Amino acid sequence: MKIIIGQGSCGIATGAKKTASEFERQIRDRNLDIQVGITGCVGTCYLEPIVDVYDDQNHLTRHVKVQPQDVEKILESHFSCALGTDSSHCITREDQEVIEKQKRVVLRNCGLIDPENISDYTALGGYQAIQKVLLEMTPQDVIEEMKVSGLRGRGGAGFPTWFKWNAALSNPGSEKYMVCNADEGDPGAFMDRSVLEGDPHSLIEGMIIGGYAIGANQGIIYCRAEYPLAIHRLEVAMAQAREKGYLGKNLFGSGFNFDLRIKAGAGAFVCGEETALIASLEGERGMPRLKPPFPAAKGYWQKPTNINNVETFANVPWIILNGGASFGAMGTEQSKGTKVFALAGKIKKGGLVEVPMGMTLREIIYDIGGGIKNDREFKAVQMGGPSGGCIPASLIDTPVDYENIGKIGAIVGSGGMIVMDETTCMVDMARYFLDFTRKESCGKCNYCRIGTKRMLEILERITQGKGEDGDIELLEELAEKIKDGSMCGLGQTAPNPVLTTIKYFRNEYEDHIYNHTCTAKSCKNLFQFVITEKCTGCTVCARNCPVNAIQGERKQLHVIDQDVCTKCGKCEEVCRFDAIIRK
Amino acid sequence: MSDFKELAPVLDQYGRVPGSLITILQKAQDIYGYLSKETIEYIADATGIKPAKIYGVATFYAQFRQEPIGKYLIMMCKGTACHVNGADLIEEAVTEHLGIRDGETTEDGVFTLNNVACLGCCSLAPVMMVKSNEGEETYGNLTKDTVKSILDEIKGRSQEGIAV
Repeated sequence: MKIIIGQGSCGIATGAKKTASEFERQIRDRNLDIQVGITGCVGTCYLEPIVDVYDDQNHLTRHVKVQPQDVEKILESHFSCALGTDSSHCITREDQEVIEKQKRVVLRNCGLIDPENISDYTALGGYQAIQKVLLEMTPQDVIEEMKVSGLRGRGGAGFPTWFKWNAALSNPGSEKYMVCNADEGDPGAFMDRSVLEGDPHSLIEGMIIGGYAIGANQGIIYCRAEYPLAIHRLEVAMAQAREKGYLGKNLFGSGFNFDLRIKAGAGAFVCGEETALIASLEGERGMPRLKPPFPAAKGYWQKPTNINNVETFANVPWIILNGGASFGAMGTEQSKGTKVFALAGKIKKGGLVEVPMGMTLREIIYDIGGGIKNDREFKAVQMGGPSGGCIPASLIDTPVDYENIGKIGAIVGSGGMIVMDETTCMVDMARYFLDFTRKESCGKCNYCRIGTKRMLEILERITQGKGEDGDIELLEELAEKIKDGSMCGLGQTAPNPVLTTIKYFRNEYEDHIYNHTCTAKSCKNLFQFVITEKCTGCTVCARNCPVNAIQGERKQLHVIDQDVCTKCGKCEEVCRFDAIIRK
Repeated sequence: MSDFKELAPVLDQYGRVPGSLITILQKAQDIYGYLSKETIEYIADATGIKPAKIYGVATFYAQFRQEPIGKYLIMMCKGTACHVNGADLIEEAVTEHLGIRDGETTEDGVFTLNNVACLGCCSLAPVMMVKSNEGEETYGNLTKDTVKSILDEIKGRSQEGIAV
């Protein structure tokens, strides 16, 4: 018997390490013959810490939300989830379906294997794809297979992978580079982290295959420094692969050499742009340059270079083993295969979901994500992060693929989906993203550097209740100029969050500017806390108010002094009678 | 004044390798906690890279600091999911509790608060990571109250450390 405890960053953050050591301690004390192992993130982050129990017949019983104090009970019930046992930690049928409704290609091994043990990966077919490639296929064959699969770059732009590989292959040169962008800059997407932490070998294998296809013998993984666990697991995986002869010289006796190294990024969103990433690899400020020449011709140290992101590479071994056609059979005509989405925000069952392209937003948010937290009203979903847009509830039946999402003004991007309810202010969301792009603009293009700053100032004014007639039009004009006047994708897409919120939620902008109210009651200057007749005079709010703004006798209706109130929200939080409302 | 002998192995390994400036700065920051003017000048002398260029790189990337930090670095996640779930309120609570804002260090040198773009734990939003010599720990599903008790607990731990 063995138990496997999910230890990705999110599992650890919910206490998985403590749960694991409690299991180890109790198993030792009781002299039980049970192994305790680790795995990465299975994707259902809202159920962490997750404990998978395999009996001697390899039959799985999954326990969820297991804290150290639950360990004893679970051990004493012999991990049983049969009817009649206390099964508060057993996964429910409904939660099980969250995983069953998905189609897992990229995440095929995440949550199943021990990421720090290469034999777990090879036992599930790992490193067979590279063996097949090296012994049976030419680089052209590999590229042809990628073309059949229809795989498009999963980092954001959605450019066909085979096309980039072909360009890098056709550029002559004995020294070429295969680079993985693991800098996952979109604030709100975490699929790359999950693959790096949960299945690093699939990335490594994908990179070796890509390296062979374009004729590169060296690979570099550019990984963000905020992901220390990912870097650690990559290092372990690379060392194990080297030891087994999957990295290094003369792989599988084919004469092909390939090795990898990691470069830790230093925190710059603009480094998601290929030429900026290359500048950063060369130790410079991460500033983009004009294209052409494209990296496929002149990249890292002016040598032909190909860059893909983590999720793209993780698809590659699966495509080689199962055939491009079976990948292409999933998804839609132009957006083939599956895509991982990071569901977060005001969603009940947040986590990673991988589904065929073309599934509607409604299916993803309601059927898999379980709907909106606290059963509130669904208002919008933000896709594509700072380059993307807010999609309103009225478009919830839009199929999620590159074409359809692009048509409504957002982008699939790297797959972040931030769900929002009626308490989220759309003007504030636009302000949030402009604050982000303003900070992250590298400063090379005037329109991006100064224009985002001006847009942010206007949005800040509006959210503070100081909006003026003409602000919306000014924002639209600036947006157009910034798009036209910026060289790279950051500036060209930075106005998108503003444009989509104006397009779909213009009434909220108008409410702020002309009526001095925040529709969502979230902008502090534009609403008041008011105590209603529901107040029982329990005095809890008055006692908790940090600025003594609440007056009232015991068992009498209380009143908030609006001149003193700082709108910290403490009273609303502590009131047990829902007597405090935002007006 | 430091003679920078801790940097010698780093400079031996990377000093003459083209394109290694960011790696050298990262390792220097790991050793000294931040990049002082003296550190930058020392690296410039040792590598032949102009101080202005090093300063340019050091100020471009969010990771590099030009000021010393406290024993515990609070990395407050400001990603989209955290924003939607009230990260600003959590930051306010930290500011209220410790009296420091983004980029500042407490007078006793225990905590530094830094806002970061995204920690990638979006389904546990709001989230923060606390980094120190002991390693890093991530805390999720924060509320104004839990963040205060977490910080108190860490502070208690740091004082025990001094007593021992």
